[in-house]
Amino acid sequence: MTDLTNLGVAAIRDGVAAGDFTAVEVAEAFNANVAAAAALNAFIVTTPERAIEAAQATDARRAAGQPLGKMGGVPIGMKDLFATKGVQTTAASHILEGFVPEYESTVSQKLWDAGAGMLGKLNLDQFAMGSSNETSYFGNVISPWRRNDGGNAAMAPGGSSGGSSAAVSARLAPAATGTDTGGSIRQPAAFTGISGIKPTYGRCSRWGIVAFASSLDQAGPMARDVRDCAIMLEAMAGFDPKDATSLDLPVPAWEAGLSADMKGKKVGIPREYRMDGMDADVAASWDQGIAWLKDAGAEIVEISLPHTKYALPAYYIIAPAEASSNLARYDGVRYGLRDLPDGAGLQDMYAATRAAGFGPEVKRRILIGTYVLSAGFYDAYYTQAQKVRTLISHDYKNAFTECDVILAPTAPTAAFGLGEKSDDPLAMYLNDVFAVPASLAGLPAMSVPAGLNREGLPLGLQIVGRPFDEQGVLNAGLVIEQRAHFSAKPERWW
Amino acid sequence: MSVDTATVAKIAALARIKVSEAELEAMVPELNGILAWVEQLGEVDVTGIEPMTAVIENQLRLRDDVINADPLTGGDNREGVLANAPARQDGFFGVPKVIE
Repeated sequence: MTDLTNLGVAAIRDGVAAGDFTAVEVAEAFNANVAAAAALNAFIVTTPERAIEAAQATDARRAAGQPLGKMGGVPIGMKDLFATKGVQTTAASHILEGFVPEYESTVSQKLWDAGAGMLGKLNLDQFAMGSSNETSYFGNVISPWRRNDGGNAAMAPGGSSGGSSAAVSARLAPAATGTDTGGSIRQPAAFTGISGIKPTYGRCSRWGIVAFASSLDQAGPMARDVRDCAIMLEAMAGFDPKDATSLDLPVPAWEAGLSADMKGKKVGIPREYRMDGMDADVAASWDQGIAWLKDAGAEIVEISLPHTKYALPAYYIIAPAEASSNLARYDGVRYGLRDLPDGAGLQDMYAATRAAGFGPEVKRRILIGTYVLSAGFYDAYYTQAQKVRTLISHDYKNAFTECDVILAPTAPTAAFGLGEKSDDPLAMYLNDVFAVPASLAGLPAMSVPAGLNREGLPLGLQIVGRPFDEQGVLNAGLVIEQRAHFSAKPERWW
Repeated sequence: MSVDTATVAKIAALARIKVSEAELEAMVPELNGILAWVEQLGEVDVTGIEPMTAVIENQLRLRDDVINADPLTGGDNREGVLANAPARQDGFFGVPKVIE
């Protein structure tokens, strides 16, 4: 029998439905890969019994002739930012260590309702703050990829969804959930040679997702190919009255709508993204992507997004500001860690709890956020950043009068080594320079693997679409996928 | 604008995060590096531009005026609410004494 862990979402769903193998066989195969991959540190907790239970339910439904659901028989990894009833949910922080939710997030519930099972809770950057998965309280995730120089330097799987990207690329899960605030689905997908899509803001409910920056946070799927992303996004998306920013729109049939014909479509190439000193391999892969889309019938047009250079600094005001507010809830009173020094009062308890419970990057962002929102500085920093955000959104509106989708690299480089950027917060932030603008404008955006660089590491291409046009994004992604023939996978060393 | 040790200490107090002297010393240059970098936003001409309030246009909704319309987010669930409390007493959250 074929190794079931080489199969993706569609192949598992179809194989289980056809009776080629059982859902339990699939769950057992992935559980075994998860158990053998502790060296990657991709999971904070594993839940093999949950994967088996869901698989048994799928097999029973099949035996009874009942429908199996969009994700019937597919075991997945769940980023540990989604509240899962009865299973520890930490956001990779010490302050939430031991927190066992009494409720299930909307997105994870939708996935279970669609027939998926849970392999475990995936590691991430603490509170999703980071681009390398080096800020987790539970240790770094190690990418399964290595440079082709014969060395064994540990590489970053990207962040914040680094456990998700590592697990999918290492065949520990056919797919995983991610969340994207400023690139946290797309950049890790690019670093590990997989696909991932952040839908339009509001498509996926934020209810039950540990909040980082509420005006930016959006869940999405990470999987091996575009079709698998389309299937899983259909299962995750949909209106939820419990999230005030949820979009009250029907969920399109994205899988059925997949098409690699770009005739009559215009692809915009933003000139501001062609930066001085750009990585030569990244620039070459971008040019290759342009050629592929042209080959599929698209017309290529140069566009301008004039405020691109201001997106990242605006993001690093807005996201920390929202984080400082959202993370005020961790006070040692209602859930999570409590540090109560001898004789301490309530205020001392708050301060001691938060000092002990938050990591350095989380503290840094809370302090920046507190500062930019404080009296006397609010207008100069926060209001100015929100005005710049409006201008960035206008840039896209203008650009989309001239094109249907935008093509750009996902990240300025391939994966870097763990520890190479962790001493310099600004250098780390700059890794999201191409990902953040679409987040600020709430647009659907995806990364698909385009090839390997000279070091043998994956490079991703990013497609950004109009609001609600996930289909256009997925279709352009499919064009690249069909021409890139990306089949490289990390050689197993773990 | 740049911050000094006293300012960072004040921000940390506002954020209810206890920081040691050594941590303060380390944070000052880090925060100044980030603040100096975000200052470039000051160059942008924002005349007549409204600050963004909603990234995707959306109607604000009100829920139906029904008690516990959604039992998941409704009331009457004391055990569930207290289940993760670090300290509890008589069906309430326990906190250190706040009145002298």
